[in-house]
Amino acid sequence: MPIKQISVFVENKPGRLADITSILAKADIDIRALSIADTTDYGILRLIVSHPDKALEVVRQEGMTASATDVLAIAIPDEPGGFAQAISVLAQNEISVEYAYAFITPRVGQAYIIIRVADNDLACSVLSEAGIRQIEQSDIFD
Amino acid sequence: MPTHYNPEIEAASPEYLRAIQSAGLIKMVRNCYDNVPFYKAQFDQIGLLPEDIKTIDDLKKLPFTGKQDLRDNYPFGLFAVPQEDLVRIHASSGTTGKQTVVGYTKEDLDHWSEGCARAIVAAGGRRDDKVHVSYGYGLFTGGLGLHYGAEKLGALVIPVSSGNTARQVQILKDFESDILCCTPSYALVIGEAIKQAGIDPADLPLRAGIFGAEPWSENMRREIEKMLNIKAYDIYGLSEIAGPGVAYECEAQSGMHVCEDYFYPEIIDPDTLEPLPDGEFGELVFTCIGKEALPLVRYRTRDISALTREKCACGRSLVKMQKPKGRTDDMLIIRGVNVFPSQVEHVILSLGMEPNYLIEVERADNLDIMTVKVEMSENLFSDEVRRIEEAENKIKNALQSTLGVSAKVRLVEPRSLPRSEGKAVRVIDKRQK
Repeated sequence: MPIKQISVFVENKPGRLADITSILAKADIDIRALSIADTTDYGILRLIVSHPDKALEVVRQEGMTASATDVLAIAIPDEPGGFAQAISVLAQNEISVEYAYAFITPRVGQAYIIIRVADNDLACSVLSEAGIRQIEQSDIFD
Repeated sequence: MPTHYNPEIEAASPEYLRAIQSAGLIKMVRNCYDNVPFYKAQFDQIGLLPEDIKTIDDLKKLPFTGKQDLRDNYPFGLFAVPQEDLVRIHASSGTTGKQTVVGYTKEDLDHWSEGCARAIVAAGGRRDDKVHVSYGYGLFTGGLGLHYGAEKLGALVIPVSSGNTARQVQILKDFESDILCCTPSYALVIGEAIKQAGIDPADLPLRAGIFGAEPWSENMRREIEKMLNIKAYDIYGLSEIAGPGVAYECEAQSGMHVCEDYFYPEIIDPDTLEPLPDGEFGELVFTCIGKEALPLVRYRTRDISALTREKCACGRSLVKMQKPKGRTDDMLIIRGVNVFPSQVEHVILSLGMEPNYLIEVERADNLDIMTVKVEMSENLFSDEVRRIEEAENKIKNALQSTLGVSAKVRLVEPRSLPRSEGKAVRVIDKRQK
């Protein structure tokens, strides 16, 4: 079951990241994971947050361009080869990964990985078949 | 050594010139009335008959023509001769991507070539010179204009066209070009390449350059003169009137002599449309008194200039126009190509985007760089860089195909660009004036 990621367009100028994260803080939104794709002129801030719908609403209210995207989140053992095993499953099925980022959790011995693929359903089923556990919004904020 | 190509005209008495101009205007108005339905309708509307025009002073009775009239009659509607009498067509880009088409009879080409020949001689050119033409050849008038001018003079033409700078340098050196014709910004690019090739410009035979098709400053003139070790001369023209050679600079380098025997200039107040006295700056207007195929009446160039009639040190009596110091519209000249902000707006709207944009122009390494800033929107946005880059490229390609010149596209945050409250700032031109 995919989870919702919020992406925000950020122009490369000083203070923009601080602005966006302050808006989220004010709305009492917890950020669990983030990654930034950067280019010369702008960046895309990708966030996994406690309340994605509310996050989208507040950043849009502030006039920012943002979107919500369904991404896969999987739990892997926090040990050498954990990520390789999961990602190999996708490679074997010729599913290309647009981007991915990882974060650890309070649960000892586990790491979470956010994966963006073109076809979530296909990726879901091949991961399930390989026995890789997918997590949901509630798993991240429990 | 002759210093004038056609001394009979270039140093003519005011009375003689007036006689030529009056005769030209009478003939032209008759041609317009008989052969151009657009002008017949215009004249009929104000109750003007060809016989009402007796001298050049009657010019003020005639209506003005604008670029829009050329567009409305696209492509050949304002031509006054049947197609079999045309021998050439040129074209330039217009505000909505619709180009402006101009045509020439054999006689028109001959007059235009003479204008360019006068320009070359005024820049010190002679029959035994090699004239290196690095203006673009094609629908743009620059290349072929100077080419035919040099040929008419009897000089040796080297038709290099623009681009391939290393080859330009090689030809300047190996063929021993005497006179270079190109845009002033390209002259600087060539100058830079000469330096990089380790060539001392003093070792090159090149003596003079004839530069036009875009605005350039006195500072730029000094820079070009130093870099290329030449004397740099300005040349003025626009395709609607003929092309380069409508006016040209002499050794005095203090304004350009207008070929007023073919192209009669006026300066008007762009608001009241009343003619302004000599020396005052206003909109430059030309009447093609010597032209057959496209005899434009009081064509508004949008260039801001002034006319002066003091005796020139070079001996020419032809009126001088000052280097245009701006335009009455918002046209930009980017690497020799006319660009209107409305064209950019048109592209942006046609892609379904909000018309919030900002055009920034700067000069880097002697080339004009245009950047179009566009606000990011939900439609364009994606969580993937690749998709955003695709959107950027789509805008870039659409701009290139409409403007005829490449532009950089930069996506900025929403609501970060000035809004059109009355007169929005759409252009920031950082090029040195």
